[in-house]
Amino acid sequence: MKATATLTKSERQTGIGLAIALAVMGFAMAAAARHGVMAIHGGMAMVLGLALVFVLGGALYDHPEPGADRLSRYYDAPIRFGIAMTLIWAVIGMGVGVWVAALMYWPEATPLWDWTSYGRLRPVHTSGVIFGFGGNALIATSLYVVQRTSRARLADALSPWVVLIGYNLFCLWAVSGYLMGVTQSKEYAEAPWYADIWLVAIWLTYFALYIRTLARRAEPHIYVANWYYLAFILVVAILHIINNLALPVRWTSAESFPIWSGVQDAMIQWWYGHNAVAFFLTAGFLGMLYYFLPVRAQRPIWSYRLSILSFWGIVFFYMWAGSHHLHYTALPYWVQTLGMTFSVMLLVPSWASAGNAIATLNGAWHKVRDDAVLRFMFVAAVFYGLSTFEGSFLAIRPVNSLSHYTDWTVGHVHSGTLGWVAMIVFGAIYSLVPKLWGRENMAWPRAVEWHFWLAVAGTLVYVVSLWNAGITQGLMWRTYDANGALSYSFIETVEAMLPYYALRTLGGGLFLAGAILCALNCRATMRAAGSREDAADRPLAVQPAE
Amino acid sequence: MTTDPRALPGADPHTGNREVDPVTGYETTGHDWGGIRELNTPFPRIALIALALTVIYSVVAWILLPAWPTGRDYTRGLLGLDQGEVAMDRLQAIKTGRAVWLTHFEAPDFASLAVNRGLMALAMPAARRLYGDNCALCHGSDGAGGPGFPALADADWLWSGDPEEIAVTLRHGINAEDPDTRIAEMPAFDWMDRVDRLSLAGFVASLPTGKADWDSPAAGLFTQNCAACHGEKGQGGLGVGAPSLTDGATIYGQDPQTVYNTLTLGRRGVMPAWAGRLGEAEINLLALYVSRLSETKEERTQ
Ligand code: HEC
Ligand code: HEC
Ligand code: HEM
Ligand code: HEM
Repeated sequence: MKATATLTKSERQTGIGLAIALAVMGFAMAAAARHGVMAIHGGMAMVLGLALVFVLGGALYDHPEPGADRLSRYYDAPIRFGIAMTLIWAVIGMGVGVWVAALMYWPEATPLWDWTSYGRLRPVHTSGVIFGFGGNALIATSLYVVQRTSRARLADALSPWVVLIGYNLFCLWAVSGYLMGVTQSKEYAEAPWYADIWLVAIWLTYFALYIRTLARRAEPHIYVANWYYLAFILVVAILHIINNLALPVRWTSAESFPIWSGVQDAMIQWWYGHNAVAFFLTAGFLGMLYYFLPVRAQRPIWSYRLSILSFWGIVFFYMWAGSHHLHYTALPYWVQTLGMTFSVMLLVPSWASAGNAIATLNGAWHKVRDDAVLRFMFVAAVFYGLSTFEGSFLAIRPVNSLSHYTDWTVGHVHSGTLGWVAMIVFGAIYSLVPKLWGRENMAWPRAVEWHFWLAVAGTLVYVVSLWNAGITQGLMWRTYDANGALSYSFIETVEAMLPYYALRTLGGGLFLAGAILCALNCRATMRAAGSREDAADRPLAVQPAE
Repeated sequence: MTTDPRALPGADPHTGNREVDPVTGYETTGHDWGGIRELNTPFPRIALIALALTVIYSVVAWILLPAWPTGRDYTRGLLGLDQGEVAMDRLQAIKTGRAVWLTHFEAPDFASLAVNRGLMALAMPAARRLYGDNCALCHGSDGAGGPGFPALADADWLWSGDPEEIAVTLRHGINAEDPDTRIAEMPAFDWMDRVDRLSLAGFVASLPTGKADWDSPAAGLFTQNCAACHGEKGQGGLGVGAPSLTDGATIYGQDPQTVYNTLTLGRRGVMPAWAGRLGEAEINLLALYVSRLSETKEERTQ
């Protein structure tokens, strides 16, 4: 069924109105800026707006309207779109990841075009995977989970589209801006000021949609997964707004100054940066874990009490921990001590979540053995435990004096993002795609098994080589000989990294190969869509018409 | 909330019992979200113990270290640590250790230092890393140089291979932002006829082979325009930073095309001044190290 056919005529008309508004906004941006990155971004928005006008306008009278019975079904069309975008961004983001990994091994291979320089490609990787891949996965699954666990249809049919399309425009602006050399120079918050404002509008729409849907729930209680998703939505909004407060140099260009400066700016940035890890890369994905793992394993959540402990522990402790990114800097010592101690206490609620997930598999271990999809989720929980243990360890000041600035940090990052974030996303995708496209199973069930082993091997090769790299690097930097002179010159420590960088590129390549296989498998599944209804989807409690 | 177990969600309305999970033997909480249920597992003791341990760790850290803000001040901690002081202390300790041998380089007599084998055994490995951190990116880890950057590991010098002179080069640089910098400028001969530049370039390119034709018109051009800086026969060594054109060593290259470019555009390579960045002893240490690079290279090839 065409996505437009899921909208009523009046929804299509409102949609056309919004699309025209987007095109006008894009035109205004382009006209005001005249040239430069902002003009190009305005042009992108205008083209997108016009394309949406045509799609919706063409459908206005042609496609039949959905019947009133739609209100007794879940609204999954935008979720399908979100899953498709997740897969596209996965291939782009991880592809660029392998590219920058290769550049670190072979920097001479940088082509002569500006946009291929390491400094521009690196944020394309980080934003591409975190926001493009992770963000789309979070939004799509949250909309799925909130409906199932509330037994309520999404509060309305247009705002999920606004959220997903608008969010992807943000990602596109961000990534294309970096390639053209525009950045706010704040890690994970590089996008230009107008993109940031745009994201605020999108995010508020998302928050409203989520809350309104929860309010319509037919279940007496709100399931844990929804607490996590809600924490993700709410806190990301706060972090994003505060860290991105900036004054544009001109209203007609992409450059801006942050309003914070000096050590305050550093502290705000890493309060943001660490809680981006906490609420973007952790809380939302824990929501995913709490839904898809018990459903796939067909087991009850092991402990309701642990869920509560870990939720409030994570929400409370993470907020204090950001200063562990600034150990031994101009940041006052006392702030570092607080960051360190709260990071250590954070370990307990983190492990409570990982432990709860793994204990939930009691009684389903035979399924873990046989079902690669469940195995993805199991491995995700294990890596979640590993990377949080590692994180709390790295946050201890003397340990950090060894690890900071080394590739150990990057190894920690990818044990979290590959082993935890990407694995749980793949598990969720393989659970969802057959359901959403009305099939019993994926088109190529064997390929899921292949993907699993490629992903595990890729993660292990990546992470183990960078642990070695980081520890080697850290030790070489701090070794003095008996005469009080450094034992190694810096360039020797760079040369020592080469074999590890080669291995990392290989591990990343394996991981990317798995992701591409996943995308192709999903495409094949989507093309062979059936009309099977998911038996697990209980009938909705019908809501009064909107 | 009622305390009657029979009224709780999921409870059997007659007995008040809730469904028991056959695998773990625990009751469920009675909640059910689209098939997801939860067990009413008692709180695991280990989680509480772990939480208590991490809290104790934190409290001890707060007592010992600077930790909580108190308005304009903060709690100093029993250990009274200050990260700036700690860093300076450690730096000082390392400096003291180094002083044992480094002081010999404050105002050195290079000739007597170089024969002090014990001192050299301490100093040269340190010099190698100092060189690696500050010089290798331009001159190469082994001093082999590269296009635009002269080799330091050969016996051919722009200025001099004498450690005193090298120390001057290091201190003040060449064409650097330093009032006493050495000046070495190869002027552009763009006013010269293109044909003359081409023939001169060919002539200069043939100098290192020893087969250059000193009776050719190009040789005349050379004597007229170039000899003042590069020497009568292009042998260099006049102490103006103009390299010898007869040895095989080159900075930019001595093929006809590169020489033609050198003539057309001129050259003005920059060697940074290190006086503000490295200590006097370190500069002297490096000067001695660099002066010995060519010897160590010869030793190695022998
Ligand atoms: C930014 C690049 C750069 C760095 C770093 C650098 N040099 Fe140089 N150095 C040069 C260039 C270029 C020249 C040649 C200048 C010219 O063309 O006249 C030079 C010349 C020299 C010379 C003169 C060679 C001769 O034949 O007389 C010495 C000696 C030297 N450098 C030593 C060092 C040492 C020791 C260090 C480290 C402390 C160092 N350089 C760091 C670029 C550099
Ligand atoms: C004013 C003095 C001066 C005159 C006159 C001069 N040179 Fe030079 N030449 C230099 C200096 C100094 C350098 C080194 C420049 C540097 O290192 O950046 C140099 C460098 C060169 C080089 C590059 C050597 C290499 O190793 O790559 C060539 C070739 C050269 N000169 C040829 C000539 C020729 C041919 C003429 C005559 C037309 C000439 N020079 C006249 C001072 C002079
Ligand atoms: C195909 C697999 C991947 C490869 C080859 C890869 C490679 C890289 C490389 C080379 C860097 C730069 C490291 C540096 O600057 O030293 C990097 C950074 C980063 N990557 Fe990946 N990556 C992959 C997947 C992912 C995924 C899936 C995520 C997130 C979901 C992710 C998140 C990040 C983050 C957050 C950073 C910044 C780390 C930091 O600043 O410390 N990566 N990656
Ligand atoms: C208990 C949980 C965690 C703690 C205490 C923790 C702690 C740390 C510490 C101490 C650093 C190094 C800072 C530095 O030296 O620069 C770090 C870096 C990082 N961690 Fe974690 N970590 C945790 C969990 C995670 C997880 C689960 C992920 C990913 C899903 C993650 C992603 C990152 C990223 C992306 C960085 C690099 C930031 C940057 O420098 O760009 N962390 N973390």
